[in-house]
Amino acid sequence: MKLGYYPGCSLRGTAREFDESLLAIAPGIGLELEEIPDWNCCGASAAHNLNRELSLALPARVLALAEKAGMEEVLVPCSMCFNRLAVTRHELLEDEELRKRVSDIIKMDYQGTARALNILETLGKLFDEGIEDKFVKPFDHEVACYYGCLIVRPPKIVQFDRYEDPQSMDELMKKIGAHPIDWAFKVECCGAGLSISRTDLVAKLSGKIIEDAVHRGAEAIIVACPMCHANLDMRQEKVEKLKGKKYSIPVLYLTQAIGLALGLEKKKLSLHRHMVPVVFPPREKPAIESKSKTKTGKVAGQVEE
Amino acid sequence: MAEFEPKIIAFVCNWCTYAGADLTGTSRIKYATNVRMIRLPCTGRIDFMLLLKAFAQGADGVIVSGCHPGDCHYTAGNYHARRRWILFRSLLDFVGFDTRRVHFAWVSAAEGAKWAQVVNSVVNEVRELGPFEDYQKLARVGVE
Amino acid sequence: MSRIGVFICHCGENIAATVDPVKVAETMSRVPGVVHAVDYKYMCSDPGQNLIIEAIKEKGLTGVVVAACSPRMHEPTFRKVCAESGLNPFLCEMANIREHCSWVHEKSDITTDKAIDLVRVIVEKVKRNAPLYDIKVPVTKTALVIGGGIAGIQASLDIANAGHKVILVERDPSIGGHMIQLSETFPTLDCSQCIMTPRMVEVAQHPNITLYTYSEVEELDGFIGNFKVKIRKKARSVDENLCTGCGVCMQKCPRKKIPSEYEAGMGMRTAIYIPFAQAVPNKPVIDKDNCLYYLKGKCKICEKNCPAEAIRFDQEDEIIEADVGAIVCATGFDVLGTDSFPEYGYGKYKDVITGLQFERLASASGPTLGEIRRPSDGKEPETIVFIACAGSRDPAKGIEYCSKICCMYTAKHAMLYKHKIHHGKAYVCYMDIRAGGKMYEEFVRRAIEEDGVNYIRGRVSRVYEQDGKLIVKGVDTLLGSQPVEIEADMVVLATAAVANTGAEDLAKKLRVSYDAYNFLAEAHPKLRPVETNTAGIFLAGACQAPKDIPEAVAQASGAASKVSALFSGDELSREPVIAVVNRCPPPVFSTCEGCFICEQACPYQAIEREEIKTRDGKLIKVVAKVNEGICQGCGTCVAVCRAKAIDLQGFSNEQVYAEVMAL
Repeated sequence: MKLGYYPGCSLRGTAREFDESLLAIAPGIGLELEEIPDWNCCGASAAHNLNRELSLALPARVLALAEKAGMEEVLVPCSMCFNRLAVTRHELLEDEELRKRVSDIIKMDYQGTARALNILETLGKLFDEGIEDKFVKPFDHEVACYYGCLIVRPPKIVQFDRYEDPQSMDELMKKIGAHPIDWAFKVECCGAGLSISRTDLVAKLSGKIIEDAVHRGAEAIIVACPMCHANLDMRQEKVEKLKGKKYSIPVLYLTQAIGLALGLEKKKLSLHRHMVPVVFPPREKPAIESKSKTKTGKVAGQVEE
Repeated sequence: MAEFEPKIIAFVCNWCTYAGADLTGTSRIKYATNVRMIRLPCTGRIDFMLLLKAFAQGADGVIVSGCHPGDCHYTAGNYHARRRWILFRSLLDFVGFDTRRVHFAWVSAAEGAKWAQVVNSVVNEVRELGPFEDYQKLARVGVE
Repeated sequence: MSRIGVFICHCGENIAATVDPVKVAETMSRVPGVVHAVDYKYMCSDPGQNLIIEAIKEKGLTGVVVAACSPRMHEPTFRKVCAESGLNPFLCEMANIREHCSWVHEKSDITTDKAIDLVRVIVEKVKRNAPLYDIKVPVTKTALVIGGGIAGIQASLDIANAGHKVILVERDPSIGGHMIQLSETFPTLDCSQCIMTPRMVEVAQHPNITLYTYSEVEELDGFIGNFKVKIRKKARSVDENLCTGCGVCMQKCPRKKIPSEYEAGMGMRTAIYIPFAQAVPNKPVIDKDNCLYYLKGKCKICEKNCPAEAIRFDQEDEIIEADVGAIVCATGFDVLGTDSFPEYGYGKYKDVITGLQFERLASASGPTLGEIRRPSDGKEPETIVFIACAGSRDPAKGIEYCSKICCMYTAKHAMLYKHKIHHGKAYVCYMDIRAGGKMYEEFVRRAIEEDGVNYIRGRVSRVYEQDGKLIVKGVDTLLGSQPVEIEADMVVLATAAVANTGAEDLAKKLRVSYDAYNFLAEAHPKLRPVETNTAGIFLAGACQAPKDIPEAVAQASGAASKVSALFSGDELSREPVIAVVNRCPPPVFSTCEGCFICEQACPYQAIEREEIKTRDGKLIKVVAKVNEGICQGCGTCVAVCRAKAIDLQGFSNEQVYAEVMAL
């Protein structure tokens, strides 16, 4: 499958593991990526907090460049970039006046033919029949799939997966041999952009997420977003300080988990760049007793007798 | 020379506008004397040839008024009237008729004051437009 | 030759103050066709009416015009006067020179001229009025009641007690609806089944009521007083005449784990089942989707064990045809399930249940014999959170209305819980409390003050499960929007009341209007709440809008009284202001061309097709015919007819054009 590629600022900066692991696994899963020439920052939360036209013009330019390069579908791994591009396309297609105005600003006529795809739906399309054979080292661990807020919201615009209890990442993890647990914080806020200005709030909110995942027996948290990764991995120390507990739960990008399953080396997947070491201690006793009595689907943490 | 006073004929529906005009009377709200109302069960009953007949008789302006959409006593009559009106207005426009002389309104049985307003505004507008003799002359040609 | 009498009323000073009645009368006397023109102070008074009576007699009047107030006031008065004097009432009309003239203009010649114009217009109309006679339509004095819940039962009993026959059709195997599922009813905490079962038995035993359960309306034809209905009596697979209701079949049936509809999924039933112990009729039904015989051709244990040999696997659906004169639609409502709520778990948490399911838990005849227990592990819940407005008043869920009954039943549930588990903690997360009925506010106060239920004003954003407990994340807006997190053992959602399944299809079969929510539409929201716009079809109960039991009963009795009024004579009299398609001598038969635009335009579907044939039966043409029983006289068909073959009696083309030409 050939797709356009928009890494965005984080994937070339603080989240380079995401970019590196994605490019590492691409050949193995049949994905060919062509980067959009001369792409710019999508504006993220900064632009749409300050200036509406700017917040639309920046993503519109990216999409217009994709259109010019003849790309119909563009893979956008970063959730924020994906959200901005999807929302911008939606708004400009709804409002003709606005589209003309923005096209005027970016000096390119954006038609709306180029569409942003998020990493989950892209991998979902790629993982067809027989893909399991490629995973020579199944990722045999209990994992908590954390989706974050931007991939599934706003539901009317992104129209992707169940917004209170999404399943797409869980399905992907099952295919690579992992055991996704059913847990309550799949889409709860991690603290997002307050990572720097109010680290105490991030510690509190991300702390709840980590606590629940560990409590239900997860050995790793899988994410698909650079912000999620930053708050859950980089800030885990702060969380541990707040909670007075040691978690040491590794946080992996789903592309890294897939890479490990494909048999690629840890260094190639940039696992060494993480703050929390990516190690999986051997499981001696069954993971935490989170035997919930209420029917919650497959509950992880119960060892088969 | 007496000032020109337009002759306005109003085709109104029994259940809403006629009742609304009754309310105008009961509330003693005064309005222009130029209008003559013709009572019909529903605006849906109004064949637009009637309007042309009214003009042929010497009317300078015509008002058609009924229940608000959704409130028709016969549930759908006013929708038919509205659709007919949209078509009729384009036809009138096409033949060069001044569509400002025909006024379409929704006046409910509770809108006594609105009826007075509608009448007054139409009378004022038609007074500005002057007497409408063209159509009358045309109509007479056929007869004579 | 027209001989019109014109009577100008002074109405005391009301008309005379601004209009000169003498001048009007005098001008009218000179109009061709007018033989009598007088003015009088008060036409509606006895002496005034006498003037008309005498004039009709002495001058042989063929038409009467009374120029006075609005016809909406006194047209019936003057028409009655004419009728009593031997003049057809439809030859009498009124000219409105009060509301439309004297009251809205200043005293002047112009005003009097206007009055003259207005009277002249009506005179020209009346010259062309034809005598009209009330239309008589025969009436079949049997009512069809669709739906056997409390509203349907009440309506059936009222109509039957008035001496008329009733056919009651119920879709489920037993009557009772939702009310029979309730434990106790607000505000009295009466046991629901205790007050309802006597009524159900009365229905079954009433000589005037024919009860068809496990049946549905298949087709409806006809019009008011003359409906033809086809009812599909679904096959129970049991011979009702032989079955004694002993219940052995249910005991022996091997398929025991089918979620029971009556228990709202809280309990199980067998494949051959009677829905509940007090079912009326007390005869079982075989659920063909779950019976081993129908699925795989095996078993037949019930047949082997039935002491009355009443099992009939080969029984087929039966179509019953009936003639009825009126229909009462009482098909009730349904509630949203927990799976409609992604934020409360998509229905996967066993301990998150709906209000209706809680009723079954609380009910003494329920799956837990009235003990409140968690569906997941059977333990007593120490903390329950009741979430009000789950789905209602929520544009994001597509339900903007208030479901009306939930504030009350939530308070009731909380109270019942506290009565049964004294040390338990009950929380109600609400938006507003709507307790407008008699003794309702006091009931809610009782829950808060005497039973210690905690009311927290704020919506719940999420419920999730953790370590066997349900975490409820809400907010307390009365404390400055403080976030609230409650660890609960059970969560009860007061889910929205919605139209019952199949409501849209039934409405289409009956040709009754319905709204965007599939609730059936009443004729007028204020003044005609039990009638529909379809003549002869009435509404009762929650099928029209969510409502509580007293309102449903009241509405049912209201509908029954309308039906009784309809049945009070052998014929129905209708005002003759209706449309008529012309008929003329052969070879034309009618100027109608059979394009049937009128059929499509008619809001009441009152236009039918009539085949005109030769004596041998050869078809000449198909023309339109107006059904006298249904036509309401709006005249839309007249305006759309291209050939002007259809006309409206009372507002005919001739009449209306004459009016215009008089100006």
